[in-house]
Amino acid sequence: MQERLLELQQEALQKATEATELKELNDIRVAYLGKKGPITEVLRGMGKLSAEERPKIGALANDVRAAIASKIEEKQHAFETAAVNAQLASEKIDVTLPGRPVNKGNQHPLTRIVEDIEDLFIGMGYTVAEGPEVESDYYNFEALNLPKSHPARDMQDSFYITDEILMRTHTSPVQARTMEMHKGIGPVKIICPGKVYRRDNDDATHSHQFMQIEGLVIDENISMSDLKGTLEVFAKKVFGQDREIRLRPSFFPFTEPSVEIDISCKICSGKGCSVCKHTGWIEVLGGGMVHPNVLEMAGFDSKTYSGFAFGIGVERIAMLKYGVDDIRHFYTNDLRFLKQFHTHESE
Amino acid sequence: MFVSYKWLQEYVDLSGISADELAEKITKSGIEVEGVEKKSEGLKGIVIGHVVEREPHPNADKLNVCQVDLGSETVQIVCGAPNVDKGQKVAVATVGAVLPGNFKIKKAKLRGEASHGMICSLKELGIDSKLVAKEYATGIFVFPSDVEVGTDALLALGLDDEILELGLTPNRSDALSMLGVAYEVGAILGREVKWPGISTEEAAEKASDFINIKVDNAEDNPLYIAKVIKDVKIGPSPLWMQTRLMASGIRPHNNVVDITNYILLEYGQPLHAFDYDRLGSKEIVVRRAKDAEKIITLDEAERTLTAEHLVITNGTEPVAIAGVMGGANSEVRQDTTTVIIESAYFAGTVVRKASKDHGLRSEASARFEKGVDPARVRAAGERAAQLICEYAGGTVLAGTAEFDEMKMEPQVISITLDKINTLLGTSMTVSEVESIFTRLQFGVELDNETFIVTVPTRRGDITIEADLVEEAARLYGYDNIPATLPIGETAPGRLTDYQLKRRKTRSVLEGAGLNQAITYSLTSKEKAAQFAIENRESITLAMPMSEERSQLRLSIVPQLLEVLKYNNARSIDSLALYEIGAVFLKQDGEELPEEREHIAAAMTGLWESHLWQGEKKPVDFFVAKGILEALFTELGLNSQVEYRQAETIADMHPGRTAEILLNGRVIGFIGQIHPTLQKELDLKETFIFELSFKDAAQANVAPIAYQVIPRFPSISRDIALVVDTNTVAGDIKKVIIEAGGSLLKEVSIFDLYEGEHMEAGKKSLAYSLKYFDPERTLTDEEVTKAHEKVLTAVKEKSGAELRG
Repeated sequence: MQERLLELQQEALQKATEATELKELNDIRVAYLGKKGPITEVLRGMGKLSAEERPKIGALANDVRAAIASKIEEKQHAFETAAVNAQLASEKIDVTLPGRPVNKGNQHPLTRIVEDIEDLFIGMGYTVAEGPEVESDYYNFEALNLPKSHPARDMQDSFYITDEILMRTHTSPVQARTMEMHKGIGPVKIICPGKVYRRDNDDATHSHQFMQIEGLVIDENISMSDLKGTLEVFAKKVFGQDREIRLRPSFFPFTEPSVEIDISCKICSGKGCSVCKHTGWIEVLGGGMVHPNVLEMAGFDSKTYSGFAFGIGVERIAMLKYGVDDIRHFYTNDLRFLKQFHTHESE
Repeated sequence: MFVSYKWLQEYVDLSGISADELAEKITKSGIEVEGVEKKSEGLKGIVIGHVVEREPHPNADKLNVCQVDLGSETVQIVCGAPNVDKGQKVAVATVGAVLPGNFKIKKAKLRGEASHGMICSLKELGIDSKLVAKEYATGIFVFPSDVEVGTDALLALGLDDEILELGLTPNRSDALSMLGVAYEVGAILGREVKWPGISTEEAAEKASDFINIKVDNAEDNPLYIAKVIKDVKIGPSPLWMQTRLMASGIRPHNNVVDITNYILLEYGQPLHAFDYDRLGSKEIVVRRAKDAEKIITLDEAERTLTAEHLVITNGTEPVAIAGVMGGANSEVRQDTTTVIIESAYFAGTVVRKASKDHGLRSEASARFEKGVDPARVRAAGERAAQLICEYAGGTVLAGTAEFDEMKMEPQVISITLDKINTLLGTSMTVSEVESIFTRLQFGVELDNETFIVTVPTRRGDITIEADLVEEAARLYGYDNIPATLPIGETAPGRLTDYQLKRRKTRSVLEGAGLNQAITYSLTSKEKAAQFAIENRESITLAMPMSEERSQLRLSIVPQLLEVLKYNNARSIDSLALYEIGAVFLKQDGEELPEEREHIAAAMTGLWESHLWQGEKKPVDFFVAKGILEALFTELGLNSQVEYRQAETIADMHPGRTAEILLNGRVIGFIGQIHPTLQKELDLKETFIFELSFKDAAQANVAPIAYQVIPRFPSISRDIALVVDTNTVAGDIKKVIIEAGGSLLKEVSIFDLYEGEHMEAGKKSLAYSLKYFDPERTLTDEEVTKAHEKVLTAVKEKSGAELRG
């Protein structure tokens, strides 16, 4: 009996080893381990054995069953792995092919610059003030210390609609309006972005419509050193931490003292090149301490309050920052242009 | 203003300071030096030669063969200038010399004759031909006979100089003169200003016996000085004067005219010279012109005057437009012997008016417009008389003929040290500030820490405390001002609700695939109102630069279509753009228009394309609408927005356009542009929308309230309906929702079928309805009951037939 069992085991193991597909294994399982299989049959004859032999043969029979089952399982597992591998092999793709495009639009480069600047100043406690693009002569000029007879107010330079109404030539009227709303009580801390219009022929460096962003702070004890500190923060944020800034005295009717701000030329690092007209410096900003007349006209007591204001052309920033050579690109909206300004650059 | 570095040294000591260093210092103190031009750059080997022989070239009509004494040798030079002649002293570029443009002079043979150098015109030496005196404009320059042969011609021509170009801001007209610049430089360097000494011997005859001055209105002309010089001989001015004029951008004419221009540059005081004998009377009357009065000016143009212009007359007719240009009738000419030098203060406004009306902006008018220094008027006249006497011969008559009602009170301004330091954020000391005012040659008295400053009349720009603060700041050095940030009461910096919604809108649209465009607000009459949501008349500019940019836009779409067209012409045919910006609507009874912020988008070409998988899908109405729906979801407006078929919007496809309604009011539209317009613009199917962002952003949005996540299952029922093709899906949905009651929580359309197997004029629509109650599990009966109501409603209200 013992021999018979060992013989069966060998036979079954042999067949299982030689099996080439899952079905064969199943057949082997049914054939050897099934209720009608030879091992069961052998065990039926156990009654004839002595009490001593019975447990031995029983144990052996179990061992034989286990060995066969284990072999079949092992073989079955091998088949399954092979099947999975075959499937994986058949499913292989070329991962270098491009992905399905996601439609993603871009922010206009001017908006991008304006938002960056807004966020910088919001972080310093400013709010964003906006105003009309069609303005009264009063807010655009008179309230800013540019009376009717002022030479800077040539009809030729502005788009007038009537004698008293025009397309604003700067965002400064927003400052005048905001100051007026404060009714002589500070502090005022605003940043004013917006479109402005000048009667210029469009060419590579001129545009009849462009964008400005201006800042205004009014409070007690605001000083020119505050303006300088603020502009340093601003210039470094916009043009890079490694830029140097230089303040030069200048003149604007609405500020006194007035200042112009140069940044060191990025192209030549201050050595002098054609971009900076061989000076090493590029003029980027104008500003100054708010003129007492402007404060008074807006209802602020210039003995108690002082303030600073500054303004910059957004296109100018973009042109310097990205090296754009023609201001008209910002308004023709060539997709090949618009698509270039989407990454978040490292500072 | 061009400033000769060499000339400036006559008024202020510049030792130890190069032109470049000076330029840097001036710039940093407030006047921008836009450039420093080295006059001799690119010039080498130019000497003064003496033409000892001149013979016509044997083989060429227009050439001369000259023997030129160069001091060390005499060489033969072939010269093509028409004015070359024996006996002249000329500038010779010798063999080996270099002229501007790196032009090297070599030995040459010209038509068989040897030439050892070149006789130069001033243009060849790099001087702008507009500045060359007329007599030398087409030929070589001839030196006065007293120059020394063989010496460096560049020295004689004053080309060993550097010119600083000052970019003056309108407030600094005080620096429109050499003396003014000297004051500025003196203040920067802490050095003295040297005035030219004036000492003239005057004849016994009095100027006032020759001419009488009458001024109608002292406001126009508070001060008028006339000097009279007899027995003048008109000729060229001295070479040094000519070279200084040229360096300053003024062309030499003759001694008298050159002297008036020289004084203009030196003192900043414009002068005018009249020929006394041509004046036609013994009086000068300054008055407003009569309307339609005429004058022929020096440039030989006849000009028609008005009462807004100030004129100098001889008592009957105008002889000059005050401060702008002289008349041809009284001009100084070659035969003039007696001249009147006018030195006056004319009001800026009246000069500006005339200069603008006649398109005549001159060195003189520019100075009068900004205001000359009244304290220099008299001295400038005296100095001119002296120079005329010196360089044009003649006798200066005693005294002046004059009108003087000038009130010349210098400004006195008080300011405290604390005010200066507080406004600048500095900690200057009393003596630092005092030294600045002293260097500026302002009068300064101290009362404790208060400065009482007397501002000289030359600095008319300084009138208030803040002006003194600026003077202190710029001479202290902006570099020395510390950098701080404002301190004080702080308020949170933030965007308004409206601004935040604008940013969200932009990010939704960009996230959905639209690129932001920015276009012009000004457009043509035709485009201004095209696609306008409200029919209004567009606003027109008073003086547009072109018809193309003459109106304020009422809509954005036409501009975006232009952008599509532009890109399409450059083979970019799949485009999706949006713009957010103002349109301008006239308002009755209001000065300013309403500026309404709009959002517009335009899409054309492929929306989806995955090339290697062969998938391509053009943009369609529902792509555009999907983007809008996403936007309204973001803005919390989905339940307030409806779409209504619109068949009559101009330039839109009548079957593929909808009005957008916000709470029942039209705020915009969406759809395909009319195929005719598409064809005109050469575009494929193009979809657009435009709506009032202002209305969308201002609509009230309820705060977010958390809804319990349902714990009980929902029950779905589908219905398939056959309806008339004209019945719209949205209406049926409304009927379903209305009939479904509170248990019906969601309705979505999942199938639309038209065509084969359908009766003509019919279509099939299928909806999926979801019922649930957050509090409990619904029974089948309850749902069936609610659903029955829905089925009845669609049958009755929408005329639908149930399918299958």
